[in-house]
Amino acid sequence: MKKILFFFLLFGSLSSVFAQGYQIGDKAKDFSLKNIDGSMVSMADFDEAKGFVVIFTCNHCPYAIAWEDRIIELHQRYAAKGYPVIAINPNDPEVQPADSFEKMIERAKEKNFPFPYLFDEEQSVYPVYGATKTPHVYLLEKEGKDLIVKYIGAIDDNYEDANAVSKTYLADAIEALLAGKAPNPAETKAIGCSIKFKK
Amino acid sequence: MKLLFSIFVGVLTGWTSFAQTPVIVNYTELKPLLHKQNDTTYLVNFWATWCSPCVEELPYLEAINEKYEGDEAFKMLLVSLDFKRHLDSRLLPFIEENKLNPEVILLSDTDANYWINDIDSSWTGAIPATLIYRNKQRWFKEGSITFQEIDSVLINHFFKTE
Repeated sequence: MKKILFFFLLFGSLSSVFAQGYQIGDKAKDFSLKNIDGSMVSMADFDEAKGFVVIFTCNHCPYAIAWEDRIIELHQRYAAKGYPVIAINPNDPEVQPADSFEKMIERAKEKNFPFPYLFDEEQSVYPVYGATKTPHVYLLEKEGKDLIVKYIGAIDDNYEDANAVSKTYLADAIEALLAGKAPNPAETKAIGCSIKFKK
Repeated sequence: MKLLFSIFVGVLTGWTSFAQTPVIVNYTELKPLLHKQNDTTYLVNFWATWCSPCVEELPYLEAINEKYEGDEAFKMLLVSLDFKRHLDSRLLPFIEENKLNPEVILLSDTDANYWINDIDSSWTGAIPATLIYRNKQRWFKEGSITFQEIDSVLINHFFKTE
């Protein structure tokens, strides 16, 4: 019995470690990260924006690649409405060489990314947000000077086939904000590549 | 003749164990395999051929399997999250090249938002992830594992009964 109790305590403490990061309703921290064009980008630079679609993503992950075109489309659809995409690569290129800054520039050129693609070089932003994988979405809405987390999770429900998507979670969440409503669901999950951190 | 026959059967079964073709399942089909109530300890690892930390930990899982396989009370299952269209081009060659012994199945189910939580509510969806269970007792970890870690979880929490 003692052992079982210990087991649950251990398990409980482990899950609370994983639960760190933002919850719905939290104030998100701005950042200043290097963009692929060499400039530093912060959310404070976007006066016109009503909010942001912050997506932790990368070059190498097949899931990130599978969703790339859909991320571009989302930006094209919603940037003009006040919700631009900001993509952030959180991976350590020493662990995952395909996710180096140079490779980010290459990938962004190949795909003509219309949004900033930033490098979390010091790996200081993704842990604050609580991102664990790529892609991992945080939809933020401006409330006065604050950026409030309104939706966390997946882009949609089909990683294999963009034409077979049945639930457009992220687009629905942005539409809800545009309509002055709270996204429902506010949190979803998808499989992704674990973020590669320094060992 | 009998001997020849048994060699033939042996070669055949040896062959099939190396050239296993993973079945493709949806979550409805996978779920019963995550909830068997037969006193056997099951280790279920979620991985993909393109996931480098997953591939790095496979040798540890193989070693665990080697240590406990043949023991009726232990079984390992590798659930691949490779894309369905990559079954023949990537997953099968990977299994053959690495001579993977534990059973591999491919989970292809788009409603991940449902099944990730259903497998373990603490799972955010990153792989690798490992589930160990025996009847109602469950242990789950998102992230990489080591041989020592899994071995001690098995010995301390699953193989020893009070």
